[in-house]
Amino acid sequence: MAVKQPMNDQERVAFIDQVCRRYQFDRSRLMDILLDIQAELNGIEAPLMEAVAQRLSITRVEVEGMVSFYAFFSAHRQGEIVIRVSNDIVDRHAGAEEVARIFSEELQTPIGGDSEDGRFSLEFIPFLGMSDQAPAAMIGATILTRLTPEKVRTICARLKSGVAPSDLIEHYGDGNNAHPLVCAEVENGIRQRGDVLLCEGIVDGAALDSALRRTPDDLLAELSESGLTGRGGAGFPTARKWRVAADTAAERRYVVCNADEGEPGTFKDRVLLTERADLMVEGMTIAAYVIGAEAGIIYLRGEYAYLRAYLEDVLRQRRERGLLGETIAGREGFDFDIRIQLGAGAYICGEESALLSSCEGLRGEPKNRPPFPVESGYLGYPTVVDNVETFCCAARIMELGGAWFGGFGTGRTTGTKLFSVSGDCARPGVYELPFGITVQDLLDLVEAPDAAAVQVGGPSGQMINSGQFERRLCLEDLPTGGSVMVFSLHRNILEIVDHFLEFFVEESCGYCTPCRVGNVFLKKRIEKVRKGLCGAEDLGYLQELGKTISMTSRCGLGLTSPNPVISTIRNFPLVYAALLKSNGDGLEPSFDIQHALEESRRLAKRRSMIYDPTYDDA
Amino acid sequence: MSKEFTFEIDGRLVKAVQGDTIMQAADAAGVYIPRLCDTEGLEPQGSCRVCVVKQNGRSVSACTQPAIADSKVENETEEIQGYRRNLVRMLYHEGNHLCPICEASGRCELQAMGYRLGITQATKYPYLQPVRPVDASHPDIVLDTNRCIFCGRCIRASRDIDGKHVFEYVGRGIHKRVGVNGDRLAQTNVELTDRAIDLATCPVGCIIQKGKGFFAPIGQRQFDHKPISLGVAAVDPEEAE
Repeated sequence: MAVKQPMNDQERVAFIDQVCRRYQFDRSRLMDILLDIQAELNGIEAPLMEAVAQRLSITRVEVEGMVSFYAFFSAHRQGEIVIRVSNDIVDRHAGAEEVARIFSEELQTPIGGDSEDGRFSLEFIPFLGMSDQAPAAMIGATILTRLTPEKVRTICARLKSGVAPSDLIEHYGDGNNAHPLVCAEVENGIRQRGDVLLCEGIVDGAALDSALRRTPDDLLAELSESGLTGRGGAGFPTARKWRVAADTAAERRYVVCNADEGEPGTFKDRVLLTERADLMVEGMTIAAYVIGAEAGIIYLRGEYAYLRAYLEDVLRQRRERGLLGETIAGREGFDFDIRIQLGAGAYICGEESALLSSCEGLRGEPKNRPPFPVESGYLGYPTVVDNVETFCCAARIMELGGAWFGGFGTGRTTGTKLFSVSGDCARPGVYELPFGITVQDLLDLVEAPDAAAVQVGGPSGQMINSGQFERRLCLEDLPTGGSVMVFSLHRNILEIVDHFLEFFVEESCGYCTPCRVGNVFLKKRIEKVRKGLCGAEDLGYLQELGKTISMTSRCGLGLTSPNPVISTIRNFPLVYAALLKSNGDGLEPSFDIQHALEESRRLAKRRSMIYDPTYDDA
Repeated sequence: MSKEFTFEIDGRLVKAVQGDTIMQAADAAGVYIPRLCDTEGLEPQGSCRVCVVKQNGRSVSACTQPAIADSKVENETEEIQGYRRNLVRMLYHEGNHLCPICEASGRCELQAMGYRLGITQATKYPYLQPVRPVDASHPDIVLDTNRCIFCGRCIRASRDIDGKHVFEYVGRGIHKRVGVNGDRLAQTNVELTDRAIDLATCPVGCIIQKGKGFFAPIGQRQFDHKPISLGVAAVDPEEAE
């Protein structure tokens, strides 16, 4: 491998000039500018921030605000190759900590730091989107899965000898993972194909062809009849969203696809992006036709950067086929094109208004609502933001009809749903099933006879016990964006809760007080519970604090972040009861007298007359 | 013609004009809704959440939420005041707020809000005790972000009124803080006359004007005598001269 000569200061500034020019010195493209700089220079130090700021006529601290917000940006120069180990609970249970430790030892690189020779950096990231093939890591943009200690040692040896990350892959995954523009070790893990999205024989262009024969109003009626609700988890009726965007008077409108699949335990959008990219783009194109949009964005999470070249190619091919760009399908006046916006490691950007902030080159903070994005979204224009799966469903509905789609699922939650199942089960992967299936039915399919707890909807969802497995997966009972994590009897529930809280503390944007501070307090108290330093009254503390956070937070993150605590106190009371200290010594449960005395004993070189009952001066 | 309508705050009928936030309508009617990040003359940002109210049963921030005709808003109910107390406690515990040694005591809105809400003793939350360097590099201004409550008033004042954008949030989550446009405040173009530095802008003792400390003795300041409410500014303009 040719060794890249580091640029001198002058060359670096010239490079920054070139990058800013690439984006026409447009401040709203600051994400892209910083992504390109980070990729080339491995970091965005203060003088580089200054150089960017000057060229965009903004202040350096604005650039610093961006750099310090996103996990994939660094204010210091990182190693040439950054290794990111997925630290979600399923990856941890599969050995992520050991994987990180071996990387650290073999590459002489501290976790959360850089190697002395400047070649490597190593860090944990909250969730890579590969928990069905855990443990997994991202090396540069290359994803390696099912890591074992031996595999990691081999990887390290090869990295040290100068092998490029993309050449570390020994075999390609199934389907488009083996596509020349993807070349990933990732496997789709499709376990169950349903009738709507993962079935074979979906004809490219059929949905668009069918849609363009009808009026936008007609299509909205069709969508409304289908009962389609947002697949990201919130479950808002899609037709209503599109209707408001269409009806809001504006010069321009936008269609944005949320491919920032960050909820730990969900990876179904990864599969759709790999295998149903055309269908997704078709859904977006139909949305553009319905609401009258000329431009769209696919917000692709930074962890899925390995899919970018492939997706760009899908867009290019559709342009060539006249399905994207100007005069789509020969229809005069129907122009619509799409750009891909890469993310940079921020869970909060899955929240639609934070996602739009990020697309605008701002810190990924949610916006005040109202106005909602459908009224005032990207750059202040009406914007439809929908999940990857939602756009895929919409395209199918336009081809086969709302009534057909409404025939699947429950009366209130229609259609099929892709469930991403991981954790303690024999067959983790993606299952397309009608909404309304019971948790038990799903557990039977994934072969999880030892399941003792199931986390539905990711950390922000609910943890249910084995007595609740007859509950149904749908909006009216257990809503989920697709994440289902299975835990067997030998898992420690409070370790999982603690880990989820750590996730929220790390991923809170910090905009509002309750989410920024309250989650830290929740975590600290759970740590105390785990150490056996809490009494029964601490459960009241946790519940009251949790309620304040969810009632006063500004967006969905804070609204749901106390859920791990609240749902386990409700569904696993015995787990808590076993750890709570009775107040026998009359002291605060959080005060451990024996621990406190230890230092005095050591200094005084004698035991306590009061607290050591067998104390004998002689 | 803008449309006028009425709605209720804690049972009291309040007038509003289409487009008014709950806060604007309440202020106009002389009904005080507690707040920290929102202040006269700056775009509301809805971040401290102290102004949280329930509008037809749904909790929203009064400073950003439009008033709705015929709606019922709960402001100083037991439940809402409980949330506010918890939020103010969170802010106390997140930073270092040692009132007896702070120059802002008596004109500090956080302290005053604590008193108003009846927080009179040590609270149940853990102290995070940040250790952030104090920036005294500027000849006229000291910045002690250990006392910052992230209200963003200096950020908005500098950006929207002074046109300088000297301050901005940096970092994320609990690591978030207010950064300055340079390595130190002295490297920026901030001036004592900026709105961002005005005594009424920073609600706590994070931005301190050098040579102006204790312009009024502690014990003789606004909030030493009157609770924080409408029309009681943090700083009496005459005293501050």
